[in-house]
Amino acid sequence: MPSFVIDEKCDGCKGGDKTACMYICPNDLMVLDVDRMKAYNSEPDMCWECYNCVKICPTQAVEVRGYADFTPLGASVVPMRGSEDIMWTVKFRGGTIKRFKFPIRTTPEGEAKPDGGFGVGPGTLNDQLLFTEPASLKADKLWTLGD
Amino acid sequence: MQEFKTVEVETDLLIIGAGMAGAGACVEGGHWAKENNVKLTVVDKAAMERSGAVGMGLSAINQYQGENTPVDYLSYVRQDLMGLCRDDLVMDISRHVNGSVHMFERFGLPIWLDADGNYVHEGRWQLMINGESYKAIVAEAGKTAVGMDNVIERVFVLRLLLDKNDKNKVAGAIGFSVRDPEIYVFKFKACIVSSGGAVHVFRPRSTGEGLGRAWYPPWNAGSSSYLTTTAGAEMTSQEVVFIPARFKDGYGPVGAWFLLFKASATSATGFNYMAEGLAEGGELHNWPPYGEVKPIPTCLRNHLMMIECYRKGDGPIFIHTDKAIAKIAEQAPNEKAYKKELKKLEAEAWEDFLDMTISQAILWAAKDVFPEEGPSEIMPSEPYFIGSHSGASGAWVSGPEDIQSDKSKNEYFWGYNRMTTVKGLFAAGDGVGVSSHKFSSGSFTEGRIAAKAAVKFCVENPEMPEFDQAEVDKFKENIILPLKHYEAHKNYTTLGTTTKRYDLPVEEVNPNYITPKMAIFRLNKIMDEYVAGWGSQYNCSAVTLKIALDLLKLLKVDLSKLAARNLHELMRCWENVHRTQIAEAHTRHKLFREETRWPGYYYRSDFPKMDEDKWGKVFVNSVYDAEKDEFTMLTRPIIHLVDIKEVVGM
Repeated sequence: MPSFVIDEKCDGCKGGDKTACMYICPNDLMVLDVDRMKAYNSEPDMCWECYNCVKICPTQAVEVRGYADFTPLGASVVPMRGSEDIMWTVKFRGGTIKRFKFPIRTTPEGEAKPDGGFGVGPGTLNDQLLFTEPASLKADKLWTLGD
Repeated sequence: MQEFKTVEVETDLLIIGAGMAGAGACVEGGHWAKENNVKLTVVDKAAMERSGAVGMGLSAINQYQGENTPVDYLSYVRQDLMGLCRDDLVMDISRHVNGSVHMFERFGLPIWLDADGNYVHEGRWQLMINGESYKAIVAEAGKTAVGMDNVIERVFVLRLLLDKNDKNKVAGAIGFSVRDPEIYVFKFKACIVSSGGAVHVFRPRSTGEGLGRAWYPPWNAGSSSYLTTTAGAEMTSQEVVFIPARFKDGYGPVGAWFLLFKASATSATGFNYMAEGLAEGGELHNWPPYGEVKPIPTCLRNHLMMIECYRKGDGPIFIHTDKAIAKIAEQAPNEKAYKKELKKLEAEAWEDFLDMTISQAILWAAKDVFPEEGPSEIMPSEPYFIGSHSGASGAWVSGPEDIQSDKSKNEYFWGYNRMTTVKGLFAAGDGVGVSSHKFSSGSFTEGRIAAKAAVKFCVENPEMPEFDQAEVDKFKENIILPLKHYEAHKNYTTLGTTTKRYDLPVEEVNPNYITPKMAIFRLNKIMDEYVAGWGSQYNCSAVTLKIALDLLKLLKVDLSKLAARNLHELMRCWENVHRTQIAEAHTRHKLFREETRWPGYYYRSDFPKMDEDKWGKVFVNSVYDAEKDEFTMLTRPIIHLVDIKEVVGM
């Protein structure tokens, strides 16, 4: 049912008034039942299977079961996202298991500097240069008509 | 029903929507705003970390110029859109885009490098990346640039407010929190609409649990178009949809398979429709000059598939992944190298899915599909509205001052780059029309261009405009109407009073209102059957389009009877109001352009040919009068700034 929450693994992200999955879902699907302190996907048929709730869940309580109207049962695709890479385990219906590991970023979290380290260029509000140019272009100048 | 309180936010420049374009606006706007003492605020319907079309991730950057020139890129874009593009806008993005990509790399995005340290290209313009965290990384830079105190998340902006003394100038915006009973009223000098394209206007191919499995994200509900249209901004090319052909059902990307692995596609009986279409006397020669030159435009590639599937009945279309893998692996010198190469290719192919369309990976695993063992089906999707990629719909905006001819300056330039025809109202990304093929990197770049110009606007127009408070009060009432409808009428039937374990999406049948889910189905059915969705095999005519307009008129009236049980559904209600607006604009544009210019996107069966003399030199634009609920259709000239001698391919 696209993403779903495993009841016994979910702790409602304890103390907070919203869970990690509620914070991240781009389509506002995840809801916390505060009486039971369990999260759930409130609108599975509007789920894009983007896996952001799966990746962010601190207790690995969220998984995805492929859309039932065209996906046969029995497979699973499970990510384990770290600070530098992500490990995927793909389990096929027939039993085959494949694992893939890909890098996700080359800088520590929080270190993305807006100027990308290119510094502030000579542009003003009255010209066409963006603030990091021309350094960020790795060119001497910005192209214009006639060049 | 909960009491709503009003949160008032006063700023100078508001960025509405922070996907790739909005994040670019944050990065660039953050700098210029600080330098010029301009207050900058960003508002997003979701959490910026994963909002917008790149929220899942992406496996390639599709616009990087490298050593090519903006004229080269223009040649490719003009060709792909069958002649429809604004030279100034396309070349403007093109000349800046390398810089944005270099910044992504420094932010921390892993871009594939070859042994010499050069970027690995998927095609001429495309770079391969490890893009699982693409949006998170870019959003981080954007948030840092703006400052966390100026980031407002989970607020859905519904409508722009105009200056009470100048109805052609923006003064604010109104929306609500999807988490708390709060109405947000923004007051500003300028805003940038970067609120994405439109999905679920047409019926998607899967309508059960897989309803959400659109190629573009389901949260893109046409808000860019709605906000600019209802503010009275001139809109362009709303007739142009984008229909990607992707792996069947999962909509997994085919770019790496076609470009990187050089896979071929055929009809069910093995007809190589692309090669045959290009050959002398082939179908593509019926669409000169665009069909006769490579690269074959996206719509024509679809068109060739549609002929096989719908006219000849020789579907489905197969992409021969097995042959492509075998061919590459064959080039290995020995068995060991062969196995190593095969393993590398397999990882690359799976990453393509896992980075950006995980559903496709699940589907292959669930069906025990091994791409090296046999072909897979590809299929054209339902139509989407995007200003990016091979779409073209969006706001009509001013271009840059320096990329103009004397003639184009009168038509394409009015003071501030990326400003719409409404003063202070800027647009970027999927919100801007006829600057196609900007993709993620170009959208980010367009956001940067718009933000710099919008800050300039704030500096040069320092007076804070005023909106009409009575109008705001009316909007406030109107916004929560669906919640009131529900409260007023829920006890009329049994379902509304049933105690449920959770607030599950049970559809309530009640003669006094319609739920947002049924409203979307109703819209989807109209568009699919009368306005050239997949259900009508992408065909329409003046007759069907006029029926659609009649049905849309009824739907619009009934949208005032939408009911919501909670804030989440209230969001869904308003998303459908946004979708319906672009649906109507689209239908009117289609009716106005009496030709078939983009076969493979849609066919006017009453005008089945391209009419270059009448329609090849103009954009179809429209202006909406919100008070009268009337559209005015018009054309604007296509002015070429450079002569294209040779089309540069992919």
